[in-house]
Formats: sequence, structure tokens, C-alpha cells
Amino acid sequence: MSVLTTNYLTPTGREEAWRFTPLKRLRGLHDGVAVQSDRESLITKGALPSGVSFTRENLEPLASSDDVIIERVRGAATSVAHLAIAPNTEVAEPIFLGRSAGALDTAEFSRVRITLGTHAVATVIVENTTDTVLAEDLEIYCAPGSNLKFVTLQEFESKSVYTARHHAVVDKDATFKSITVTVGGDVVRILPTVEFKAPGASADLLGVYFATAGQFFEHRMHVDHAVPHAKSNVNYKGALAGKDAHTVWIGDVLIRAAAEGTDTYELNRNLLLSDGARADSVPNLEIETGEIIGAGHASTTGRFDDEQLFYLMSRGIAMADARRLVVRGFFNEIVSEIGNEEVQNRIMDRIDAELEKAAHNG
Amino acid sequence: MSTLEIRNLQVSVDTDNGTVEILKGVDLTIKSGETHAIMGPNGSGKSTLAYSIAGHPKYTITGGSVTLDGVDVLEMTVDERAKAGLFLAMQYPVEVPGVSVSNFLRTAATALRGEAPKLRTWVGEVKDAMEALNMDPSFATRNVNEGFSGGEKKRHEIMQLELLKPKMAILDETDSGLDVDALRIVSEGVNRAKAANNLGVILITHYTRILRYIQPDFVHVFANGRVVEQGGPELAEKLEANGYADYVSK
Repeated sequence: MSVLTTNYLTPTGREEAWRFTPLKRLRGLHDGVAVQSDRESLITKGALPSGVSFTRENLEPLASSDDVIIERVRGAATSVAHLAIAPNTEVAEPIFLGRSAGALDTAEFSRVRITLGTHAVATVIVENTTDTVLAEDLEIYCAPGSNLKFVTLQEFESKSVYTARHHAVVDKDATFKSITVTVGGDVVRILPTVEFKAPGASADLLGVYFATAGQFFEHRMHVDHAVPHAKSNVNYKGALAGKDAHTVWIGDVLIRAAAEGTDTYELNRNLLLSDGARADSVPNLEIETGEIIGAGHASTTGRFDDEQLFYLMSRGIAMADARRLVVRGFFNEIVSEIGNEEVQNRIMDRIDAELEKAAHNG
Repeated sequence: MSTLEIRNLQVSVDTDNGTVEILKGVDLTIKSGETHAIMGPNGSGKSTLAYSIAGHPKYTITGGSVTLDGVDVLEMTVDERAKAGLFLAMQYPVEVPGVSVSNFLRTAATALRGEAPKLRTWVGEVKDAMEALNMDPSFATRNVNEGFSGGEKKRHEIMQLELLKPKMAILDETDSGLDVDALRIVSEGVNRAKAANNLGVILITHYTRILRYIQPDFVHVFANGRVVEQGGPELAEKLEANGYADYVSK
């Protein structure tokens, strides 16, 4: 173990990127106070199918980052956990990754790479569990014609702090779909970012989050359309219940001058289930060319729809069950995209439990 | 044998322009097996009557009573009213995104029957109810009312009426927006429910068209928040000929 050097610019909270984040609760990840552990907790679960490898390597970053925690991770991590799917490999079953260990008194600085070879097809599901302090620099490369479904499940215990950048580089005619589920932890801050390498690339960034009393969950997208004829779609749905539950969703989409023929849409919907919770939602579309197919965004934050509850209750369904149905329905659109029944049921059960917990705490 | 009694029911609603009194003393008694048509011009308070009995939070009861077999309905929560045997087929059923018809129906049946219906018999029950209303089996996997046509929404309401087997049903303009074929199919569903469960029906409608398919025992003319005339089926024929002009001017 070693104490990190502090020759990085420490955010003060006044910066645009940090203005919502409760820096004091980051357990020193941002200012170098955190004590680095030698944990390398990322593991694969179950046997790897042929054409898939998981190794520790020295790899240069795919893309630069101006995020101070990512810089710290790059300075601190000694190797990169690398999941590689060989070209032309089609993996039918999901590949599961998980965290084998965690601790709250030391911080893990983790670099992860996922590489899809040309025309490879795979689903990767990362299960983030335990009580831990984890800063993660996760980069993905989707080679031409490949197709990746990338699912991350933030099911941390209640004291965890997790900050991460999930950066995907999507090459010609490749398809990237991420599904980000955040239901556990004290502070979770994820930067799902995408850059397109060549025309024909597409990215779907989907997510759900459910914050209860005191939890802070931030999802800060950045989609960079720098090449022509790429397509992106962002859809995040969140629910909040309980005092000082706080979520932040930032959707930055940049369409550069060269990105003619871009098609993009981003949507964020929040369901406020009690007083005292706060949902910040900031879509931000920057367009440098008019030669596009479409660009739009929408953001809504609302409470339970009384008409929906009335309709369900008029069929004999009790209030609590009606609320549960509506919340499940709200999240189902995205959770069902995971495509793995066991995981979907577990997430839905967790959402039920969060809702119940919130109801008991008023 | 059940009796739904509505006595001097007065209902108001809060609007941007203050509180508006809509029902000004409604009296009706409906017994099992009876069909009461409530007819009246737009804005006469027909739908308010339906939603007040079902317990919609928008409406404030300012006077009178509603009882089912002597038990105070107005004291009940919305779901308790359904459990007591009341059913409202809505004019504009709402969408519930992400909740499939089959999940919704099973949840409702579980709540009303006090236990989850046995999966084997339940699947058959739903299939039969859907077939009887000429509904495609894929309907069960769609989200409740989401993207349904007007006719599909009404069929879905009547399918629930048949599956959930209430004692008393209020049909709020179930005929609106239906073509002749759909009207016939939906009406047959109501008649089946009547025959199967000795259902009492309050049939709210603007037009006499549906009364050719569902024979009323009583016709009540509604205007300006109260019943202004009552009679048998012959009253509907008079309305067909003369319209509501006589009542609106009063």
C-alpha cells in the first residue's frame, strides 16, 4: 500500500463537471487522501468460452481523459484487466465479470479493457457488489462490424463509493449498447462516454437508477459525434425516494462539423416518489452542422400518475401493489433489454425492496 | 342478490375557477340483474357519477350516500370498492407503460379473489375471455392500454368485466368510438357477464345505439347534475326521436 502523490488538480466543486458531486463523501478519491490498496478485484465468473480471454496486461489508454480521478487511476494502477473477444467470435451466453473483494478503509484503482475483435458478438455483464471504495477506468473498443452489449450492475452495499468512466470507442459499422443499472452504494458517479471512429457506428446508452434516502447517484454521458453517419440513442430512467436521495443525469451530445448524417436522441425520465428527494437532469445538445438526420432530447421529472394508480386500484389492486406495478413498469422498458432473466428478476426484486424500504421510512 | 343505493348524492370538483358543484342530489337504486341506462347530454354529470362511485380522488362528495347491500361505499378506498364488487368500465382507460395485460389481469384477479389463481386454469380463463371478444392472443403481452385503438381499449375493459366478475358494473360510454361490429362484440360481452353473474349494470351513454344490443330495464335521463326523468325502454325511443333539447332548457 502507498499514499498517492498529490500532483493532480484537485476539484473544488466549482467546476462544471463536479458541481453536483458531494466531494466530501468521495473518501479521498478526488484529492489523493485515499490510501491505495493492492486489490485487483475484477474476476471472471464461470469458465470463459473459446475465443474469449481474460488477462492482466500493460496497455496504453485508448483515449485521454480530463477527469482527475481517471488520471489518478492511470497513475496508480499497475496493470489492466483485459477481456478480449477474438475476431469473428459469437458468444451466445453472457460473460460475467465481478468484484471478488472490497474494503472501505483503502481504495482500489482499477483499469479495465474490453476488446471486441472484428465481427465479434458478445454480452458482458459486470456485477459490482461488496462494500468498497473503487475508482475505475474502463475502456471498450468495438472493432469494425462487432456488436457488444455491455451491462454494468451497481449493486454495492450501502457505504460504497464508486467513481468510473466507461468509455467506448466504436469503429465502423459496430454496434455498442450499454445498460447501466445503479441501485446500491453511498456515492456512485459514472461517466458513460462514447466516441465514434468511423461511419456506420451506433451506440445505445441505456440506464436505470433508484436512489433512496441519502444516496447520491450521478450519470454523466458524453457522446462525441466526430464522424459522419453514426447513430446514438440515450435513455435513462430514475426513481428517487426518501430524504436527500439525489440523482444527477447529464446528457452531453456533441455533433461536430464533420458529423454529417448524425442521428441522435436522448431522454431522461425521473420519478419522484417522495418529498425531500432531488433529481437534476441536464440534457445538452451541441450541434456544429445542420446536415443531420435528427437530433433531439427530452427530460421529464414527475410524481406518480394518479390516473394510473386509480385505474389499477379500481381493479382491486391495493395502493402499495399499484405503486409497485407502476414502478416496475417504468423500469421494465430498460431492464428487459438486459436479456438475462435471472439478472432481470434480481434487479426488479431489488427495486421492489428499495420501494418497500422507502415506504417504511416515509 | 345485491342492491346498490345512491341517495341524494352531491359531488363537487375543484377547478382553476374554484369549486364547481356537478351532482346536485342523485337518487338511484340498482339491483342484481337489472340494467339501468343513464342518458343525457354532454356535461350533465354522467361520468362524474361513475367516477364518484368508483372513488376517483378528483371528486369531493359533499352530501348523500352510496351503499352496496347497506355497506357505506364512500368510506372505502378505491381498491376496497372493487373488492366489494363494484366495477367501472372507463371511457378513457389509461396507459400503464411496462405492465403487460397478462401481469395486470393476474394481479387484479389475485387481489379480488384473495389468492393467486391457479396458473393452469387461469391461462385458459384469459384465453377464453380474449377469444370471446375477438382479441388476438398477442394482446396479453402488450402493455396495458399502450398503443391500443379505441376499440381495443373497450374490449379490454369488457374482458376485465368478464374475468373479474363484479356484482355491479358501471359502463361509462363504453359505446363511444366503436364501429358497429365492435359495438356488437362488446355488447355481447356485457350480456354474457349479466347472464353469468346476475350482474347489475349502470349503462352510461349519450346515444341509444347500444340499447339495441343491451336491453335496459330502466332509463334515467340525466341533466344538470340530477335525474330529470325516469321510465322504461320506451323512454329511450322518445329520446331517439326528440333528443335532449327538452331537458337542457329546463
